[in-house]
Amino acid sequence: MQYDERLQHVAVLGAAGKMGSGILLLTAVEMTDLSLKPENKNKTFVLNAIDLSDENLAGIMEYLRVQILKIAEKKVIWLRQMYADRADLTDNEDVIEQYIRDAMRIVRPTTAMEAAYRSRLIFEAVSENKDLKVKIFRQIDQHNPNDPWFFTNTSSVPINLIESEAGLNGRVLGFHFYNPPAIQKLVELIVTAKTRPDVRQFALDYAKGLKKVVVPSNDFAGFIGNGHFMRDALFGINKAMEIAAKRPLAEAVYLVNKVTQDYLVRPMGIFQLIDYVGIDVVQFIMKVMNPFLKDENLHSDLLDRMIEMGVKGGQLPSGAQKNGFLKYEKGAVVAVFNPDSNTYVDVAGFAADCDAWLGAMPAEWKPWKSAIRLSDKDAHFASWFAALKDTAGNGAALAMAYGKNSDAIGRKLVADGVAHSEGDVNTVMLTGFFHAYGPVNTYFV
Amino acid sequence: MKRKIYMAAGANTISMGTGRKEFNPRKERPGLEHYISTAGQASLAQISNPELIDEVYVGNFMAGRFNRQGHLGGFAATINPTLEYKPSMRVEGACGSGGLALISAIRSVLSETSSVALALGVEVQNTVKAIYGADILATAGWSKKRKEGHAYFFPGQFSDRAGVYYEKYGYDYARKGMGRWFRNAIDNARLDPTAQEYHNDTADLEEAYHQAVPNGKFFVDHLNFFDCSKVSDGASAILVTSEEGLAQLGISKKDAVEVVGFAQLTRNITNDPPNPVEMTTVGKAAAKALEDAGITIDQVGTAEVHDCFSIAGILTVEALGLAAQGEGAAWVAEGNTARDGKLPINTTGGLIGWGHPTGATGVHQAVTIWQQLTGKAGAAQVSLNPERPYGLTINMGGDDVTVVAIVYKRAD
Repeated sequence: MQYDERLQHVAVLGAAGKMGSGILLLTAVEMTDLSLKPENKNKTFVLNAIDLSDENLAGIMEYLRVQILKIAEKKVIWLRQMYADRADLTDNEDVIEQYIRDAMRIVRPTTAMEAAYRSRLIFEAVSENKDLKVKIFRQIDQHNPNDPWFFTNTSSVPINLIESEAGLNGRVLGFHFYNPPAIQKLVELIVTAKTRPDVRQFALDYAKGLKKVVVPSNDFAGFIGNGHFMRDALFGINKAMEIAAKRPLAEAVYLVNKVTQDYLVRPMGIFQLIDYVGIDVVQFIMKVMNPFLKDENLHSDLLDRMIEMGVKGGQLPSGAQKNGFLKYEKGAVVAVFNPDSNTYVDVAGFAADCDAWLGAMPAEWKPWKSAIRLSDKDAHFASWFAALKDTAGNGAALAMAYGKNSDAIGRKLVADGVAHSEGDVNTVMLTGFFHAYGPVNTYFV
Repeated sequence: MKRKIYMAAGANTISMGTGRKEFNPRKERPGLEHYISTAGQASLAQISNPELIDEVYVGNFMAGRFNRQGHLGGFAATINPTLEYKPSMRVEGACGSGGLALISAIRSVLSETSSVALALGVEVQNTVKAIYGADILATAGWSKKRKEGHAYFFPGQFSDRAGVYYEKYGYDYARKGMGRWFRNAIDNARLDPTAQEYHNDTADLEEAYHQAVPNGKFFVDHLNFFDCSKVSDGASAILVTSEEGLAQLGISKKDAVEVVGFAQLTRNITNDPPNPVEMTTVGKAAAKALEDAGITIDQVGTAEVHDCFSIAGILTVEALGLAAQGEGAAWVAEGNTARDGKLPINTTGGLIGWGHPTGATGVHQAVTIWQQLTGKAGAAQVSLNPERPYGLTINMGGDDVTVVAIVYKRAD
């Protein structure tokens, strides 16, 4: 079965969710583009958008329309070529509107799982629950005569367990988008020992069609991205707990967040990143990964405590950040959570004192936003971290320890066989987490 | 000329759009009403008795689609209440609409229908994304050609002209002249606070130009964005008067220019240009206006030409006879059209530097010539060779279809 044929009948499970909606959008666009090719003009393409919630599915159709409009506007030169034979479409506006109609005609929103029984390709983006995934896959596979292929977006469940428990025998792989899928360029590709070569080849072609950067990861809980992030986050949480022995916890969280954002020149501090992903999601992924780890305990009492108090972070449907460890106003951090009093403590009240504790920053510093645009980033970071090494003060010391640990996590992922190379680890962190430099480097030796 | 015709009390709004620091596409902006009243009132502020204005001509291309507004003549009284219950109409000839407003006012004064006419041009284009703006601007061509045209229709038309020019005379040779054209446009715009590129602080303009290699996958085959005029919101206004009208307004002749010749020609819109590397109508209209004025191009000290694209600027230099066919790029590259060159062209930036609020452009050109000939151009003032006392404007609609050429000189 050729690429186009495989993509003629597709289902996305969890299509109205945060990841599912992005996967749905990208797949809808890819399928629409295929449908416009002259050799496909008489074929019907079907993309089932399957979700439990009628309300969310209604919302997702509007989201698709808006996003496809933006995508169409960017490729109008190509669209005019595709619709060259349509005399009724003359203006750019005409071809853009037609493209949206063609795309929306492909997408079929439904709450009925049965819609996937005829699909040739199943994308799964339901919640991170192995047993649920296995149950759904088995059910679809038993009723589907097309020997469908299953692509799971799991970021933490080992694929070989899904494969063996659902009896899929080489027809499943991990196709892990980063959040949000429509924007993030990175995809982690995870195959099992049994994954069929044609399934893997299709996945690579599909990623290429979506203009994604593919990093292969071995089938080990958490893969590369979460393998690094979860350990890095736990290190930050534990550092905060250490500092909290002598200062209030809220101040400790502020300090570690500031050092990881400013001193380590990252797009956001580690506690802001945990809030962004969702404290509940981080806790859950750690819980999924932990049983598979030897000599390590990937668990944080502090995360459990936050969840028990109902503080979860994550995002509102609008994309706005919900409060977690930190409190946000218009995207800026204004306060830090104190679990002892169950209140947020204003940053303004302690920032000056904390900043004095951190010490002065070397003059070479450039914020992430401008550092990421430098043509010679290596030289900049080499001189920045060299300056930091020679700087006295708690901030510089914490940053150096943090950078060293981040480097060690990266090297361990290679040593443990999760990543094929240090380069792959760096690609994941640079592309999927927007770091300005790879975690595996020589800056912290 | 049967009767002496003057222009005075010129005024421009800022040309608003990308490039201006205060421009934010996400924020709500002033509309047509603001631009019409601002430019009109700035002109009227230079006279003491606006009731002397007999009529109004509003040049505008496509407010019907950019702003969902037709019937622009009806806005005259928003400039000044004394304009109510007087003749007012909108005239249209695509990007030559402003020139048509001037010509209409000139003809009316010439025919003694009026003594003082206000010519105002306006366009507010940043209401739609560029990709839809391209559809609207494409109506300056023949609609039957839209389907086969480029997504960016007019850039596509002039890209085709540029492609033929490259083929005939050499790519690097042509780009050198076009790059210099761009540099002159920005250098001049930096001297006029109302110019859209006034804030441009690129250090090496020609280097930036040559780094942006044309790429048909993202735009058109033979032009980059620097080769193109701006998407602009703006308006310009100027008074067209008889000798008595000027005196009644109390305007001294040293503050006015005299219109000594003009021409307006139109090519068949359903045909392709007869020669892709020639601005045929521009050449004919300029020759006719110069003949009407009884002068030659060598007597022109400064000109405003319609550089909707840099290649149009080069081809216009050739159409005016300043350089032979194929030699315009060299003539421009040598600096002859720069502000200190033999014939300074587009001294406030032209369509590429000052901006191109389509329906306003023709009037803006007249305002710039009026400023230069009467010493009112501020930092943008060029020193004029006394041997060449004349000014010239060339305003074009569509792909060399409607052309208005006007010759001016100092009135005193």
